[in-house]
Amino acid sequence: MSKYTEDDLREELKTKEYEYGFYTDIESETFPVGLNEEIVIAISKKKEEPEWMTQWRLEAFKVWKEMTEPDWANVNYDKPDFQAISYYSAPNSKPKYDSIDEVDPELLATFEKLGISLDEQKKLAGVAMDVVVDSVSVATTFKETLGEKGIIFMSISEAIKEHPELVKKYLGTVVPQKDNFYAALNSAVFSDGSFCYIPKGVRCPMELSTYFRINQAGTGQFERTLVIADEGSYVSYLEGCTAPSRDENQLHAAVVELIALDDAEIKYSTVQNWFPGNAEGKGGVFNFVTKRGLCEKNAKISWTQVETGSAVTWKYPSCVLKGDNSVGEFYSIAVTNNYQQADTGTKMIHLGKNTKSTIISKGISAGKSQNSYRGLVQINARAENARNFSQCDSLLMGNECGAHTFPYIEAKNKSAMIEHEATTSKIGEDQIFYCNQRGIDTEKAIALIVNGFSKEVLNKLPMEFAVEAQKLLEISLEGSVG
Amino acid sequence: MELKEKLVSSFMAFEDTVDVHSTIHDIRTEAIKSFEAEGFPTKKLEDWKYTSLNSVLKHDYSVFPKNENALEFKDIKKYFIHEIDSYKIIFVDGKYSSHLSQTTHDGLDVCLMSAALTKPKYKVIIDNYFNKIASKDGLTSLNTAFSQEGAYINIPKNKVVEKPIQIIHFSTGNEAALMLQPRNLIVVNENAHVQIIERHQSLTDHPVLTNSVTEIFTNKRAIVDYYKIQNDQQSASLIDNTYVNQKQESLAKVHTFSFGGKLTRNNLNFYQNGERIDSTMKGITIIGNKQHVDHNTLVHHIEPNCESHQDYKGIFDGNATGVFNGKVVVEKLAQKTNAFQANNNILISDKATINTKPQLEIFADDVKCSHGCTIGQLDESAMFYLRSRGIPEKEARALLMFAFSNNVLDSVKIPEIKNRITKIIAKKLGVNIGFNL
Repeated sequence: MSKYTEDDLREELKTKEYEYGFYTDIESETFPVGLNEEIVIAISKKKEEPEWMTQWRLEAFKVWKEMTEPDWANVNYDKPDFQAISYYSAPNSKPKYDSIDEVDPELLATFEKLGISLDEQKKLAGVAMDVVVDSVSVATTFKETLGEKGIIFMSISEAIKEHPELVKKYLGTVVPQKDNFYAALNSAVFSDGSFCYIPKGVRCPMELSTYFRINQAGTGQFERTLVIADEGSYVSYLEGCTAPSRDENQLHAAVVELIALDDAEIKYSTVQNWFPGNAEGKGGVFNFVTKRGLCEKNAKISWTQVETGSAVTWKYPSCVLKGDNSVGEFYSIAVTNNYQQADTGTKMIHLGKNTKSTIISKGISAGKSQNSYRGLVQINARAENARNFSQCDSLLMGNECGAHTFPYIEAKNKSAMIEHEATTSKIGEDQIFYCNQRGIDTEKAIALIVNGFSKEVLNKLPMEFAVEAQKLLEISLEGSVG
Repeated sequence: MELKEKLVSSFMAFEDTVDVHSTIHDIRTEAIKSFEAEGFPTKKLEDWKYTSLNSVLKHDYSVFPKNENALEFKDIKKYFIHEIDSYKIIFVDGKYSSHLSQTTHDGLDVCLMSAALTKPKYKVIIDNYFNKIASKDGLTSLNTAFSQEGAYINIPKNKVVEKPIQIIHFSTGNEAALMLQPRNLIVVNENAHVQIIERHQSLTDHPVLTNSVTEIFTNKRAIVDYYKIQNDQQSASLIDNTYVNQKQESLAKVHTFSFGGKLTRNNLNFYQNGERIDSTMKGITIIGNKQHVDHNTLVHHIEPNCESHQDYKGIFDGNATGVFNGKVVVEKLAQKTNAFQANNNILISDKATINTKPQLEIFADDVKCSHGCTIGQLDESAMFYLRSRGIPEKEARALLMFAFSNNVLDSVKIPEIKNRITKIIAKKLGVNIGFNL
C-alpha cells in the first residue's frame, strides 16, 4: 500500500472542492443545506433582486453571524441546527395527491368541522385541481377592484421589482435587520411574503384575506410581510388560515412590519394553526415570529391573534406609538394542548403624547402544555397622558399544564395611567354541571365556556373568521376534558 | 471588580480571626467560592434588570472596622421604638453593643449570632437551620462567607413573646466607607409567637453598604410578625435578603417601609413547606431625590391549601426609581392555592421612574391567583373635594396619600410602629396633620 502523502491530501482536497465547491447552482430547485454568504447571494439572484436588496440581505447575514440564539423565553426545545436547513426551495408545483381520497382522513374530518368548501379543501391539502378557472377569475376581480383604488397588493418579491422605491423606503424601518436573532436570519434569507400599500385616504374595500386565501401558495418558512397604510387610509389584513397545515418545515421565522402613517388604521388579524406535534409531543413547528407596527400621528394599529398551532410559539406583536394620539391594541387567544409551548405577548412602546394602548390576552392551557404571557408596557418620559389597560386571563384545564404571566411595566412619566390585571382560574365544576343539567354534554359545555372566556378577542376578528376560529378552539381542545 | 477582589482576599484574614468548628468553616469556604464564581449581580441578570449596583460598589469599603465607637442612648433614642418595652439587639459599626442592648436567655433565646455559632449548646440548632434556606446567589453567598455577627433568636414551643424584639444596626462614620454583613437566624417553634422590628441606621453621611441575610423558620402554627423600617441617610445603601421557611398552618407577615437610603434592595423569599400556610408581604415606599428602592419578592407555593397576600404601595417623587418584581410560583401539588399580588404606584414627578413586573408561574389548575398593578396619579375630583372644604393643597395631597397607603398601615399590629410610620410619612410629605390617622 502506498503511503498517504501530503500530495495525496492536496489532491484529495482539490477534487473535493471540485465535487462540491463553493459554487451554488441557482437553477436547482432546492439549495444545499447550510447557510453562508453564497447561499444568501444565490437566494437573491434566484429571485432576480436588484443589487441593493442583495446588499441588504448580506448586511443582515453579517449581523446574524455575530448573534446568538436567544434563550430567555419560557420554552424548552432542542435548538434547530441552522446549518442543517435548506434555505430555499421553490414552491412545489407538483400536486402531492392525485385525488382527495388519498388525503389523510383525519385532516379531511377537520376540514369538515371547519366548514371549508371542497375546492378549498383540495387546495389546502395539496390535491391537484382540475377546475381552477373559478378561483382565478375571483382573484382577478379582486385585483381589478384593488387596482382601481390604487392599492398595491402583491408578493414581496414582485414588489421589490415593481415598486423598489416603496420597499427601499420602508423595509427594515420597523424591524431592523439586527433587531433580533430570528429577524436577522429572516432578513438574510426571506423567501417570500406579501407587500401591501394603501394610498392616501383610501379605505380598502375588502378584507385582504379572501384574496389571500385563494391565491397564496406555499410561502416557505421565512415569510416577510410589509404593510404600509398611507395617510388617512384603512386596511384590514388577515394572515394565516384556520385549516391545519401539515408543513414539514420545522422552523418558521417570519417578520411582519406594519407602518401606519398619520391618521391611518391597520387591523391585522392572524389565525395560526400549524402542526403542533402529535399527542406525545413529537414533531411540530417552531414558530419564532417578529411582528411590529409603527404608528404615526393619530394612527391606529390593532393586532388580533388566535394561536392554536405550533409546537413552540415565540411571538410578540408590538406597537411603537410614535405619533401623538396614536392607539395600539392587542387581542390574543393562545391555546396550548398536549406538549405545546407558547410564550406570547406584546410590547406597547409609548413615545407620543396622549397615546393609548389596550392589551387583552387570553391563555388556555390543556394537557401537558405551558402557556406564558410576556408583555412590556413602556411609557417614555415625553409620552404625556399615556394610557394603558392590560388584562391577562389564563384558563387551566387539567393539572399537568402551566400558565405563566410575565408583564413588564416601565413608567417614566407622571401623567401615565397604567392598569394591569391578571387572573388564573379553571373551568368550574358548577359551570359544567349547569350545562349538563340543561342537556349539554361535557365536551360541548367546555367549548361553550371557552368561547365565553375568549369572546372579547373573538369579537375583534372579521366576521367569517370569527366563526371559524370559534370552531377551531373547539377542535384544539378536543379530548382535553378531564 | 475591585471590591470583589478585596473581599475575596480579605476572606483569609477573616478566617484567622474567627475560631469556629468545622461545619461552619466548610459552609463559609463553600460560600466564598460561590461568591467568587458568581460575583456581584449585574443588570444582565433578569432579577437585576432594573437595579444596577455599580454606583454603590465603587466605594472603597472597609470590611473590618477597626475602632469601636461608643454611642450614648440619648443621642440615638429617636431611632428606637422607645415608647414600648422591648428586647434590643444593637450593633454599632457591626460590633455588638452590650450597654445599648437588652438580650435574654430566660425561656427564650434573644442573643448573638457570634455566640450561637461558637457555643456548643447551640450546635444542634445551628446544624439544623443555619444556611439551610439561604440561596446560593452571589450576595447571599458573600454574606454567608463572612457570617459572624447578627441576631440569633430562638423561641421555644408554645411561647408567646410578650414584647417585641428590636434589631438595630448603627454605623457611626468612623470609617470613610463601611460595608456591613449582618447575619440573622430566627427560629420560631410550634405555636410560638414573636414580633420583630429591624432597622439599619447610618449616623453620618459616609457611605455605608449593608448586605444583610436573615433566615426565618416558622414551625407548626407559629406566628411571626416582622417589620422592616428603612429610613436611612442618602449615603447608605441596603441589600436585604430575607428567607422565610414555613411549616404547616404557620403565619408569617413581613412589612417593609422604605422611606430613605440611596439604594435599597429587598429580596424577600417565602417557601411554603406545609399545608394551610399564610404568607403576607406588605410594603409602603415613599421616596424622592435620587433614591432607588427595589422590592423583589418570591412566594413558592409547594403544598396545597395555602394562601399568600402581597400588597405594595409606592409614591415616587424627584428622580426616584421604584422597582417591584414579584413572583408567585404555584407547584403542581399546590392545589387550592389562593395567591394575590397587588402593586399600586403614584408618580409625582416627571423624572421619577417605575418599573414593575408582577409575575405568576402556575402549574396547578384548581387555584385562585391574581395580580393587579397600577400606575397613576392622585384622583383630581377627590383633590377638588378636599380643597373645596378649605384644606390646603399640600395637606389635601398628603391626606390622599395616606388614604392610598392606608390598607398597608392598617395591618400593622403594634400601634407604636403605626404611629411612628405615620409620623415619618407626614414628615416626608412635609405636613403636620395634627391628628392620628
